[in-house]
Amino acid sequence: MKKWDRNQMAARMARDIPEGAYVNLGIGLPTLVADHIPAGREVILHSENGVLGIGPKPPKGEEDYDLINAGKEAVTLLAGGSFFHHADSFGMIRGQHLDFCVLGAFQVAINGDLANWHTGAADAIPAVGGAMDLAVGAKNVIVMMELLTKAGESKLVERCTYPLTGARCVNRVYTDLAVFDLRKDGVYVLDWVEGMPFEELQQLAVVPLKRAAEARTA
Amino acid sequence: MIDKTIATAAAAVADVHDGATILLGGFGTAGLPTELTDALVARGARELTIVNNNAGNGDTGLAALIGAGCVKKIICSFPRQADAWHFEKRYRAGELELELVPQGTLAERIRAAGAGVGAFFTPTAYGTDLAKGKETRRIGERDYVLEMPIHADFALIKAHRADRWGNLTFRMTARNFGPIMATAARCTIAEVDEIVPLGQIDPESVVTPGIFVKRIVRVRHAPQSV
Repeated sequence: MKKWDRNQMAARMARDIPEGAYVNLGIGLPTLVADHIPAGREVILHSENGVLGIGPKPPKGEEDYDLINAGKEAVTLLAGGSFFHHADSFGMIRGQHLDFCVLGAFQVAINGDLANWHTGAADAIPAVGGAMDLAVGAKNVIVMMELLTKAGESKLVERCTYPLTGARCVNRVYTDLAVFDLRKDGVYVLDWVEGMPFEELQQLAVVPLKRAAEARTA
Repeated sequence: MIDKTIATAAAAVADVHDGATILLGGFGTAGLPTELTDALVARGARELTIVNNNAGNGDTGLAALIGAGCVKKIICSFPRQADAWHFEKRYRAGELELELVPQGTLAERIRAAGAGVGAFFTPTAYGTDLAKGKETRRIGERDYVLEMPIHADFALIKAHRADRWGNLTFRMTARNFGPIMATAARCTIAEVDEIVPLGQIDPESVVTPGIFVKRIVRVRHAPQSV
C-alpha cells in the first residue's frame, strides 16, 4: 500500500471541481489544487483578500506585492479577473456565491463539524482569519488533510475535541488514504489507495465507514 | 477651493490623540499605509486601539507601533505569524488586549459602522467559542450571531491615486480594507502614490468617493516590498 502524496491528493480533489466553478483555496496543501485543474477546464479562483481570477505564480523577479493571495504570496491575474474590497469579498463567501472552498483541518467530525483554527492550548495565540466565514458560506466545504496524526490517530472523529470552526459544514474530506463523503446517514468512502483492504482503512479511520455505491473496490 | 492635500504624513496625523481608535488598512503589506504608520509612531499617541487584519510583522509598520508601546488593544482576525514578535511579546506579557474577530465579520462590522447600521446578524462563528456571550437568533432555517459595528476616530489607508476632492482609486489587492475603513471613521487619511488634477480620475472608476476622505498625503517613496 502506498499513500497518496500531496500532489496526488491535490490532483484527486481537482478532478472533482467542475467547469465554471468559483473556488476558494486555503493556505498550504489546498493551494496545490490550482496546479492540478485538468487542462481546458475553466475554474475561477477566489482569494478572500479581494480577487477573482487568480492565475499562476509570477516568474521570479516579476512579483508585485500589491497582487497577492490570502497566504500573502505573489500571484497573477487572468484576463477577466477582478478586484474588490474586503466586505464584498466576504459577502461573496457568506452569501453562498462560492461553489467550493478547500480548507485544511485538525479534525473533522462525522456530522460535518470542522476544527481548524485553534488547538485550544492555553499558551497558543489564536488566529482565525476567514475560516469561519468560509465554513458557513461556501456551497461545498471541502477538507484536505492527512487522515492520521503523527501519533497515528484518525483526524476523522465522532466528535471534535478541538474548538469548532463551524458546525455541520464539511461535505467531503480528501486524505492521503481515502476520500470520504459525509452524508446524513454516515461516512461513505468514495475512493481509497490501491493495495489496502477496506477493512484496514476502517481500522485506521475508527469511525464507522460505508462503501459508496460508486466506490472503487480495492 | 477644496483641497484635502496635506504636505506631510506627520502633519496629517498631528491630531491623533491618546486613546484613539484607529482603522489601519492593509492585508499584510498590501494596502498598509507605511508612511502614515511611521508618522503615527513618531507622533507617540498612547493607549491606541488598532483595527487591522493582522497584528504586525517584522519591525516596521504596525509592529513598530506595538513595539513603541503605543497600542492598548488590537482588533484583528489573524495575529499569529512567524514574525509577529512585537505582538507576541506584549500579548504574552498581558500588556496588549486582543479582540479576535473572524475576517468577514471584521469587514462587515466596519462596513456597518460606515453605513449607519446599528448591528447585524451573521451566520459566521455560530456555535463556536468566538460567539460565546453574544446574542443569537434563529432566522428561517439558520442560526445567527449579533455583531456590533466598529466606529473609529481615524482611518489610515493606502490608495493609489487621488484628486484634491479626495476621490480615490486603489491598486489590485492593496484595495482590501481601504474602501470600507474610509467610511467608518470620523477622519479618514489616505496615503497615495499620486495626486492628479480634478477630473482626471474617470468618475466610473472612482472606488472611494471623496465624501469619505478628509486628508490625502502623497508618499515620498515607493512602498517596501516583502
